[in-house]
Amino acid sequence: MLYREVGDFKASYAADQATFSIAFDRWFYHGILAFAILVVPFLINDYWANAVILPFLIYSIAAIGLNILTGYCGQVSLGTGGFMAVGAYACYKLMTAFPELNIFFCVLLSGGVTALVGAVFGLPSLRIKGFYLAVATLAAQFFLVWLFNKVAWFYNYSASGQINAPERTVFGFEVTGPEAMPWSAYLFCLVFVIGLAWAARNMTRGSNGRRWMAIRDMDIAAEIIGVNPLGAKLGAFAVSSFYVGVAGALFFSVYLGAVEVTEAFGIQKSFIVLFMIIIGGLGSIFGSFAGAAFMVLLPVLLKNIMVGKLGWATDLAAHFEFAIVGALIVFFLVVEPHGLAMLWRIIKEKLRLWPFPH
Amino acid sequence: MSPGFFYGIEVVLNGLMTGVMYSLVALGFVLIFKASGIFNYAQGVMALFAALTLVGFQDGQIPFSHLINAVFGTKIHHFGWHLPAILAVLFALGVMILFAWLVEKLILKHLVNQEPIILFMATIGLAYFMEGFGDLMWGADIKTLDVGMPQGGNLWIEESTAFLGGEDFYGFYLDNLDIWASVVALVLVVSLVLLSQYTKIGRALRAVADDHQAALSVGISLRVIWVIVWSVAGFVALVAGIMWGSKSGVQFSLSLIALKALPVLMLGGFTSIPGAIIGGLIIGVGEKLFEFLLGAPFLGGATENWFAYMLALVFLVFRPQGLFGEKIIERV
Repeated sequence: MLYREVGDFKASYAADQATFSIAFDRWFYHGILAFAILVVPFLINDYWANAVILPFLIYSIAAIGLNILTGYCGQVSLGTGGFMAVGAYACYKLMTAFPELNIFFCVLLSGGVTALVGAVFGLPSLRIKGFYLAVATLAAQFFLVWLFNKVAWFYNYSASGQINAPERTVFGFEVTGPEAMPWSAYLFCLVFVIGLAWAARNMTRGSNGRRWMAIRDMDIAAEIIGVNPLGAKLGAFAVSSFYVGVAGALFFSVYLGAVEVTEAFGIQKSFIVLFMIIIGGLGSIFGSFAGAAFMVLLPVLLKNIMVGKLGWATDLAAHFEFAIVGALIVFFLVVEPHGLAMLWRIIKEKLRLWPFPH
Repeated sequence: MSPGFFYGIEVVLNGLMTGVMYSLVALGFVLIFKASGIFNYAQGVMALFAALTLVGFQDGQIPFSHLINAVFGTKIHHFGWHLPAILAVLFALGVMILFAWLVEKLILKHLVNQEPIILFMATIGLAYFMEGFGDLMWGADIKTLDVGMPQGGNLWIEESTAFLGGEDFYGFYLDNLDIWASVVALVLVVSLVLLSQYTKIGRALRAVADDHQAALSVGISLRVIWVIVWSVAGFVALVAGIMWGSKSGVQFSLSLIALKALPVLMLGGFTSIPGAIIGGLIIGVGEKLFEFLLGAPFLGGATENWFAYMLALVFLVFRPQGLFGEKIIERV
């Protein structure tokens, strides 16, 4: 089967507008989905779930969220960690206040709460632009983390200041708490990833996405052609925060189980997610996944090589990791500012012409 | 006059001193932003790196000793000499200039004409790299930096103001180091302003800041200018590193002062050297006063973490270009 459009006839407008217009792409995509849903749950074990797969899925959601705001709408945010903390604490409060509410809805609702908070912190974006906004989002980051540290109501007055995820089940299977099986936690996260990625893909190529991209390319020009900057910017902040909030809720409840806010949702988290979308590709859903995979796998790989194979001290390996990640960021920006997604696009273009490139 | 009032004044004075320290970092930002339009996030890490290098040279540490030990199984750590402070400072300055040259050669040259936000993210990457690299080179343990800066409180001020507040008041407590830092900052600002106003290089710098292409067309070499600017910023980083390092030791948290310098910049405007100083003073006094009056008594303390950002955020909503920034004119 060759990778090209030839022979793939479109009989309706809907087929013409399909996300995957090439049959090969469609089958590839469906194959991956089927593999993820039907095969991976039987293979997954504790190590893979906790070291690679769960963080990858959760960071993908956060990266899609930040990509909507930064990649599609052009508003750089350094407050991702703070918004993830909002999601996590909202989820904790909902889980403890309504024990009979299904965890699925808890996570969705905490996304909603984060969307509200995000829209409030997005308000200044109407006046402040570019770097100024990036620095202004730092206000959200530091203020929110401080808030969750100082106001005891958020962590239910527990002595340690930590929040712990109570045990919750979906269809009788535990997905949070220490008894949760890796496969059930995995499937629970996967449902969110698939649903949210599908929504993001369709939102960004619809009228909303076009509005965001118009704002990104030049906000004054966009305003002149009739895009309402208030609606578009706040919408982007709200949608993006929803995604980030869901990611934060899952990060706390399914992945970590117990969270101390300055450690789990500090400024480093904001940078990691930002790096994901830079390396993956700004303005691309596929790029969010690629970047998340890259940033999750790289430390695991480096650690396995340096600590496992060479037997170096862990702090030395950590310093190396910092230097390598930083160098890679610069390298990517110099060589391919549009990230892995652009490389993927170039490969596909080449494949279409292969084996006769002229 | 109640003692509380005088404590308030002392808080303000200490806030002013802290503000000067913030301004030192902010200065480096402004220099680079003016000359190349790059928002250099790595400025704080440059200060850390400069301080690490300085301590390393002073104590005669062997660079990359941890790495060498890990790879070859040796146990080396020091050359066994102690350099005088002035020599170590000169060497560290040399390293910063080399660094500026490398940054231009490896990064900036390739990123000309990219969007500002891409350049910004490149400097975040640079900051990460330097953090890891600095730790690899000199080790991550906390080091004490001593280049002969006076330490401790200033007794003279304390004794001569003690009569003001009656029984419970022992005079204003001001750190000698902070006073020195203010003097250094003042000298630095004056010399920078003189440099940019009255020398040939300064004129070229301003030309580049005004318009890259026009500067190129009258024969100013962009690349040389950028190396110069990054070297000067490296020098400012070294000064900031010395001050902060003498105050609180050379450690990772030093790079976080860069984050504190950001609201200072936003308040003062990205393009104004006096703005950086005044912004720093406002932030320094504001956060100390807020903590003293509201934060510690009512909000549970530690408000210094976020107050500066909130102040800048609220302020910017009313004046988006900062206090002294050039008016932002946007055209389609």
